Order: sequence, then C-alpha cells, then structure tokens
Amino acid sequence: MLVDMKLIKNTFLFACLVLITAAAGKLNYGVGDTVSDFKLKNVDGKIVSLANYKTSKGVIVIFDCNTCPYSRAYNERIIALNKKYAPLGYPVITINANDPEQSDGDSFEEMVSLAKRKNYDFPYLVDETQEVAKSFGATNTPHVFVLKNENNAFKVAYIGAIDDSPRDASNASKKYVENAVDALLANKAVTSTKTKAIGCGIKWKD
Amino acid sequence: MVVRIFPLLFLACSAFAQAPKVIKLQELQALMNKKSDNIQVINFWATWCGPCIKEMPLFEKLTAENRVDVKVTLVSMDLDLDPNPEKVYKFVARKNLKSEVVLLDEKNPDSWINKVDKEWQGSLPATIVINQKTGQRKFVGKELHEGDLERLIEEVQK
Repeated sequence: MLVDMKLIKNTFLFACLVLITAAAGKLNYGVGDTVSDFKLKNVDGKIVSLANYKTSKGVIVIFDCNTCPYSRAYNERIIALNKKYAPLGYPVITINANDPEQSDGDSFEEMVSLAKRKNYDFPYLVDETQEVAKSFGATNTPHVFVLKNENNAFKVAYIGAIDDSPRDASNASKKYVENAVDALLANKAVTSTKTKAIGCGIKWKD
Repeated sequence: MVVRIFPLLFLACSAFAQAPKVIKLQELQALMNKKSDNIQVINFWATWCGPCIKEMPLFEKLTAENRVDVKVTLVSMDLDLDPNPEKVYKFVARKNLKSEVVLLDEKNPDSWINKVDKEWQGSLPATIVINQKTGQRKFVGKELHEGDLERLIEEVQK
C-alpha cells in the first residue's frame, strides 16, 4: 500500500513536470517543431507577429543585423529572397537581436536607417529582450528559419544558412533556403533541413 | 649607399616576421587529433569580429607564459569572406601577436563545421581546449573572459 502511494506520488510529480515544461514552451526549435507566436516592433513602429501571416503559406524568418560583415555580404540576397518568394507565399521577416550596448551600429535608429537606405519591403524587427532569438535557438547572423504554415501552426522546415558561398552569391552551388522553399511550394520533402555556416555570434546581453 | 641598403634591410626584416600559414581542414584536424602530452588550445577568430579581438589578449597571455604543456593556435576564418589574406598578415604584425596564427582556407562551411565540433554553430569566436593525452575536450561558442581559459584547461585535465 505504501509503495503504491509512492508510485502515485511520483507519477503525479512527473505529470506536473511534463505540463510545466510544455507550458514554458520549447527552447531551441528543431525541424518539425511548432513555433510560438512573437510580437516585435518593426522599424516603422508597428508591432508584427506571426498572426499577421495567417494567409501566407509560410515565412522566411532571418536573424540578421546591421553590423556583421556576413549580414552585409548577404543583404542583397535577403532582399532578393523576399522579392522572389513573398509573391509565392513565403515572405521574409528579419529580426535583429543584437544588444546595441555591445554593438554600436545595431541601435533601433540605425536599423530604421538601414531599412530605409536599402528600401526594405519586409519587416526588420527589434528583439530587445532577445527572447525570440533565444526561443528559436538563433546563434549567428544571418541565421535562417523557414517556417511552414500548417493550419495556422508555423512549423520549422529548415534551419541554417542562405547558401554555401558567403563570398560571392554567383558562386553558390547550393542555395539552401531557395531549395527548401521550392520543395515546400512543390509539396515535396526538404532535402537539406539543417546547415551550418560561419557567421557573427549574436551579441547577447551580459 | 643608403638607397641600396634599404631594400636589403627591408627584405631581411620581412624574412624574420613569419607570415601566418594558410591551411586546409586536413591540417587543422591533424593538429586537433595529434597525440601528445600537451593541452591544445584552438581559437577561431576573424579580423572583423569584435568579441574575438577583445578576448585575444587572454590567448596572448597564455602564450606569453611559455608553458611547455600548453599550445595555442589562433585559426583565422577571414578567408571565408575575403580571399585576400593581407588583412590578417597586417593585423598579426600590427598587434605583434606571439601565438601561432593560421588561416583556414575551406569552402562550404556546412561540410566541415561538424567535423571540427558538433556543438559549434559556426559563430565566432569559438574556442576548443583539447587534452591530447586523454582526448578530453571542451568547446565554448562565445567570447571568453578573464580566468575562463585557465578553468577550461583545468577541466580537461580532471
């Protein structure tokens, strides 16, 4: 009888733990995970969340910044991704999580000015608390997460780099993000779901 | 006379300042997997990387200690973005770096980052401390601070 009570108690505690973990939301999304919605301020002052994208087939979320040389090298390619895939149902959302205290050029004002200068036709959001970057498990800039909209649940379909040639877009032999989105648009499985690239670490607050 | 000697002097000086070697992944792996009684400290950095430059004095301090059991290698990733190594050569000369510096020349990072360390997401700076006797290793994917290197070296010696 005593043993049974112990077992019941343990089972109850375990169930509680599972519930708490589930409620807290998963950190470091993997491929196939459903992303929690976020609300972040755009360079135009408006709040953007995934709920705004209910009608799109998915989104291309890119953790990016003003200052990283890799971000600069990929800037035109990011703009081109939105030009190509927004009309097909996969618009780009860029998010800057860098702590401006540690990275001079990443203040909100600098973000506004970059978005203007480069004529961004997609959001450039500031992740002030860095919580969105942490929940995604973003580490570098630029770091891409392709999300597929399945009945308003945004599921991770691809994590990683834009392509395999940071130096020169024309030399890219594997365009990871384009390949992933093309596959999703054709209702096919994404072949490379995770890639790695050299990049600037996100500047975390101390 | 002075005019004639000057180029000679210049040649002599530049021969003393050893330019960092450009290496391939295979050479890096050989360095990492070598069996020895040493602790191998490998730091991935680039001239454009602010936090890398900030933590560099920690590696230089370790090198300056001249420990026979610890070897520091600073692996520049500059070539990933810019094929010209000149910027790294100049940086090494200007900072008068005493630690060994090499430039890794590899394309398509996705094909090799996991071979260096599965924990590494590719962001800079990154540091690996390896006990080449026991194979024990520690990876850190962020900027190091005072005391961190000593702690990591201790940890791989446990």
